Amino acid sequence: MNFIIPLSRLLEGDRGRVGGKAHALAVMMQKEMDVPAAIAITTDAYNTFVTETGLDTKIMMELNRKTYDDIRWEELWDISLRIRNMFANTSLPVKLHEIIKESVETFFSGKSIVVRSSAPGEDTSDTSFAGLHASYVNIQGTESVIEHIKLVWASLWSDASLLYRKELGLDEKKSSMAVVVQEIISGEVSGIGFGQNPNDPAQCAIESVYGLNQGLVDGTFEPDRWILNRDDGRIISHAQADRSHALYPSDEGTESAPLPADLISRPPLTNENVHKVYELVMKAEGIFGLPQDVEWTLKDNILYVLQSRPITTIYKNDKDDKRGWYLSLTRSIENLKALKHKIEDELIPVLQKETEEMAQVDLSLLSDEEIRDETARRRYIFEKWKNTYWDHFIPFAHGMRIFGIVYNDTVHPSDPYEFLSLLSSGDIMSVKRNNILNEMALQVRDNKRLIHDLKKGDYSNTAFKSLLDQLIASHGDLLCRSNHCTEETPDIVNMVIEMASTPGKHSDAHQESKTREQAFLSHFSAHKREDAADILDIGRASYRMRDDDNIYMGRLKARVLEAEKEVSYRSGTAKRGPSSAGHFDSLSLAVHEPESDVVPQDPEQDFRLQNRQITGQPAGPGIATGPARVIKKSSDLMNFKKDEVLVCDSIDPNMTFVVPLACAIVERRGGMLIHGAIIAREYGLPCVTGISKASEVIRTGDRITVDGYLGIVIIDAEPHEKETGPHIKKSM
Amino acid sequence: MDEISGLKQTIADLFLGQNLAVLSSYGNKQPYASLVAFAATEDLKHIIFATTRSTRKYANLTSESQVALLIDNRSNEEKDFSYAIAVTALGMTEEVRDSERTSFLKLYLKKHPHLKEFVSSPSCALLKVTVQKYYVVNRFQNVQELHIQ
Repeated sequence: MNFIIPLSRLLEGDRGRVGGKAHALAVMMQKEMDVPAAIAITTDAYNTFVTETGLDTKIMMELNRKTYDDIRWEELWDISLRIRNMFANTSLPVKLHEIIKESVETFFSGKSIVVRSSAPGEDTSDTSFAGLHASYVNIQGTESVIEHIKLVWASLWSDASLLYRKELGLDEKKSSMAVVVQEIISGEVSGIGFGQNPNDPAQCAIESVYGLNQGLVDGTFEPDRWILNRDDGRIISHAQADRSHALYPSDEGTESAPLPADLISRPPLTNENVHKVYELVMKAEGIFGLPQDVEWTLKDNILYVLQSRPITTIYKNDKDDKRGWYLSLTRSIENLKALKHKIEDELIPVLQKETEEMAQVDLSLLSDEEIRDETARRRYIFEKWKNTYWDHFIPFAHGMRIFGIVYNDTVHPSDPYEFLSLLSSGDIMSVKRNNILNEMALQVRDNKRLIHDLKKGDYSNTAFKSLLDQLIASHGDLLCRSNHCTEETPDIVNMVIEMASTPGKHSDAHQESKTREQAFLSHFSAHKREDAADILDIGRASYRMRDDDNIYMGRLKARVLEAEKEVSYRSGTAKRGPSSAGHFDSLSLAVHEPESDVVPQDPEQDFRLQNRQITGQPAGPGIATGPARVIKKSSDLMNFKKDEVLVCDSIDPNMTFVVPLACAIVERRGGMLIHGAIIAREYGLPCVTGISKASEVIRTGDRITVDGYLGIVIIDAEPHEKETGPHIKKSM
Repeated sequence: MDEISGLKQTIADLFLGQNLAVLSSYGNKQPYASLVAFAATEDLKHIIFATTRSTRKYANLTSESQVALLIDNRSNEEKDFSYAIAVTALGMTEEVRDSERTSFLKLYLKKHPHLKEFVSSPSCALLKVTVQKYYVVNRFQNVQELHIQ
C-alpha cells in the first residue's frame, strides 16, 4: 500500500487512488505549469483508516438504519453529522499517523497548507461534486493538517454528497476519498476560469475576486465577471462587482477584511491578466481535451493553477439535477448574517404588520363581494409568505448546522448534538406560551374551589382571568380557532386543569445554555472570540426562527381561515366564528414534504403484522414508556392526557402546547432540528424522530417505549401486565 | 406487494437459503438450545425438523411443547449489523401425525436429501412446529411481528 504520493512523482496509473483533482494537478505540474507543491494522500490511507478503526462498519450501520427512501434530507444531515463526529473523534492508526506526519513535515516544513478533497470519480464530465466535499484553507501545524484530512475524509459522507451520490446511483460501499495536501499560495487576486460559458458554447468566462478564492467559491463575495470569445480570447463584456471585502488568511483559517479604497474602485484583473487567465484555461483544455473549470490565483505576477476539472455536462443539461438545491442549503457565515438581518429586521416585521392589518378588519361589515375579494387577497398573501418561508426561513435553519459544526470542531464532544444545548435560550415563542399555561396550572393546582368553578365555566377568579386574558391576547390565534377565543375557552381551561394534575415541567434549558456558552467561548483566543460569538448568535437566531416562523405563519393562517369561514357562513355552509376543525389542518406550509400514505389493509387474512420495534433517529436523550396519543388532526390535541406519548406525523409549533403534559415525543419526520426535537430538548423529553408511518403503525392507547438514546420505539400492543402511570427513566 | 406479503417473502427467502435453525426448548427448569435441520411449509405456518427420541431436546419437548426457533443469515462479519436478517419463530411442537407424515417428510427430504436414512430410523421423530408468531429483525434493531391467526 502506498499512502502518500508527491504530485511530481504521480503516474497515470495512480489516478484511481488519488482522485481526479490530484491527478489533474500532477499532469499540469508535469507539463511545467505553475502548480503549488502538493502531495496526494491516497485512498489506501482512507481505506486503512476506516477498516482498522471499524469506522467502515459504523458508517454502514448509520446508513442502513432505515431504507434510503424513508430517510428525509434532514435525517441525512444528522447521519452525516454523526459520521463526521466519528471521524473527528477517532485517532489514526499509529503507523498511518506516523507516515502522514513525517511526509507533511518533510514536504512542507512548517508552511501553511490547503487540504482539499480528491475523491475518485469526483470530477468527471458527467459528475461534479464541486462544493459537496470539504476543503480547508490555511491550516497550520502537522497535527492540525491531520485533523483536517480526517474532516475531508468525513465529507465523503456529507448530506449533500450522500444525496448526490444516491441520485447518480453510485455505490456507497465503494466510496473512498483521497486528499490533496497543498502549499497555500496567498494570491493578491484569485478566481475561476470557465473554458466554456454554459449559456453560450462560443464563449468562455472568467470570474475574479481580491484575496483568496474561497470567498468566491462559497458564494460569499460577488466576483467581477468577464465574458470572452472562446476562439481568440477577445473580451466581450465585463460585469463589475460591488467590491467591498475580500478573504485573506488569518492566524489559522481565513477572515474577511474590508478592501482599501483603491482596490474597491479597481477591477481585480487588468485586461492583460484576463488574457493570461484565458490562456491558462485554454492550455488546461489542450491538456485534458475538454473545456475546463480552472481555479487559479495570481501572486507576484505568477499565475498558479489551484485545481482544474472538466465542466460538468450533467449540471447544465439536466434540469432535474438537484445539486444546486443541495448546495443552496449550505450557506456561508456572511450569507447567514445577511439572511438573519433580512429575516429579523425586514421580513418578520412586514409579516406581522400584514397579519395585524388583517386582524383589524371587521369581516362582518364587508359586503359579500368584498369578503370574497378579501379572502382571495389573504390567500394570495399567504402563498406569497409561504414562498418566503421556503426561500428564506428554511435556508436560515442552516445557521444551527454551521454552529454545530464549529462547536464540534472546537469542543470535540462525544455527543454530536451537544451544541443544541447552547442554542436553547428559553425565548422561543412556543415556550413563552407554554410558560403562561404553566403559570395558570400552578394557580389551579391544589385549589379545588377554583377547579370546581372553572369546570362550571366560571372564569371570574381575578388572577386566573388575568393570565387567561394574557394568553388569549398573545397566543389566542394559536390556541383557539377564532379571534375572540370564546367558544374554545373550555378546551384551554380543561387543558390547564389536566396540566395542574401533575407537577409542571419547565423548560430550564437556557441555564445549561449559558454554562456551555462560557465553556465554548473559552476555547477561542481573545481576537477570535467575537467571531465565535457571532456564529453562536446566528445559531441561536436560527434555532429561534426555526420554531417562531411557524408561529408567525400560524397567525397568518388564522386570518386566512377566518375570512374563509365568513364566506362559508354567508353561503350557509357553516357557523360564523370558530370551526370544529382545527386551524392547522387545512393550510399547509409544506411544498416538498409528501403527505404520509395511508397504509392499505393487507389482504392476508391468516396473518397480522405488528411493528414491534422501529428504528428512527435519536432526537432527545432519555427513555420513557406510556400510552400513545396519536395526533391526526389538531382537535386530537385537546384529548391529550398527562404522561401520554405524543405521536404524530409532523409537529407544528402551534401544536406544542401539550408538550409539558407528554412523557415523550415520536414523530414521523426525521431530524434533530425539526420542531418535535427542538421542543423535546427544551423540556428534556425523550424523543425519537423519523419513525416511518408513525401515526399509522402506532395506535392511540398502544403502550410504547421511546428510547431517545438509540432512536428506537418499541410498541407493546399486547401488554402482558397492566401497569399504571408512565415508567420514565431519563437523563440529559 | 403489500407489507404482509413482503414480510412473508423475506421470511421465505431466508428459509430457502438456510438449512439449520437454533431450537430453544425447556426442561428441568433450564432452557436448552440446539441446532436442527429444518424445512418450512410454503404457507410458513409449519416448521419441520427431526430428532432422535433419546435426545435432551426431545425429552424437553415432551414436557413443554412451546418452542422458539432462530433462523438467520449472518456471515460472521461486521456487515451483519447492517445486512443480516434474523427470524424467531414461536410455536407449539408435536410429532407429525401419520396422516400428514408423507407430505411433511417429502418436504423435509426435498431440502435435506442426505438425511433420508436418519429420518427413516425408527428411533427418529419427525416434528412440526405450528408457528404462532414470527419476529423478524433486520437493520440491527428493526423488529416486526407476524402473527398467524
